Amino acid sequence: MVTTVTSFGRSGTFDWLYQRITAVILAAYTLFIVGYIFLTDDFGYQSWSALFQNFWVRVFSLVALLSMVAHAWIGLWSVVTDYLTNRMMGPKATVFRVLAQMVLGAVAVIYTVWGIQILWGV
Amino acid sequence: MLKVSIYRYNPETDKAPYMQDYEFDTQGKDLMVLDVLEALKAQDSSLSFRRSCREGVCGSDGMNISGRNGLACTTPLSEAAPKGKLVLRPLPGLPVIRDLVVDMEQFYEQYKKIEPYLQNDTPAPAIERLQSPEDREKLDGLYECILCACCSTACPSFWWNPDKFIGPAGLLQAYRFLADSRDTATEERLSNLDDPFSVFRCHGIQNCVNVCPKGLNPTRAIGHIRNMLLTRAV
Repeated sequence: MVTTVTSFGRSGTFDWLYQRITAVILAAYTLFIVGYIFLTDDFGYQSWSALFQNFWVRVFSLVALLSMVAHAWIGLWSVVTDYLTNRMMGPKATVFRVLAQMVLGAVAVIYTVWGIQILWGV
Repeated sequence: MLKVSIYRYNPETDKAPYMQDYEFDTQGKDLMVLDVLEALKAQDSSLSFRRSCREGVCGSDGMNISGRNGLACTTPLSEAAPKGKLVLRPLPGLPVIRDLVVDMEQFYEQYKKIEPYLQNDTPAPAIERLQSPEDREKLDGLYECILCACCSTACPSFWWNPDKFIGPAGLLQAYRFLADSRDTATEERLSNLDDPFSVFRCHGIQNCVNVCPKGLNPTRAIGHIRNMLLTRAV
């Protein structure tokens, strides 16, 4: 077993499961938003603003935002541990990989906080 | 005349690998790729490749044949060189020892990790451990693997992480023992696979299924392992 790794969940199984669940949530949210845009007769600022006044729409949006962050982290963690490795780039790869993961982590936190601010700020 | 282009590299004399061109008269016969290699070796004894059984059983002559991994002994020229040009390279991703001979260490290391032998902690019966025909059937499509490495070396996840990802060949064998009704080490086997690399680097692109010279389906076996891990985890 490969033990010297830290990903998102407790294990590869949970990472895999989170990846699938978050994908389903994001698909449902996309359908909901796109459906709303196309099925609303008088779509504009008023209806859009009214939509996000609804508490459950905000909750759904927040869940979708958190899903996106988790989904992106798991996916991009896989990408950086595929390509930014000692095998591919030599010993300096560890520095790049740590930096890339720090940037990803920072972006994830910023997007989460910013998203909450937007959702509950309107 | 068949045009043959072969990857050549002798680390003792060559600075870098190069492709060497040969011409070969097949006399209109649909030979196997291995027949061509044998004939070329008779002309140029420095040409190196592995072969043994020459009938798709030993798995020694796995190589990249016109861009696709396969066994030289069971790949006919009509399939490998329909336009009269045959390109032979070593299996991708593994270190080259010489010409078409690769170092299989990383491949075997992953095979070793899955403990490819029956483990049973119950007292041994007087004669043998019996298995019902239904249970025996579950091993079909798994035990036939000849470890030629065509699948694992066609897998990008194995190219990037050959030290951490078990690879399709090893995982097919891992499932062969997980599926065996006589094996009692299921829990230990699964907990050894439950990290983000060993199994889960498989993204299901099915290159392994596409190239397997025995027509096996490692992706399906990996799916079964994933289901077992999932059932155990949630």
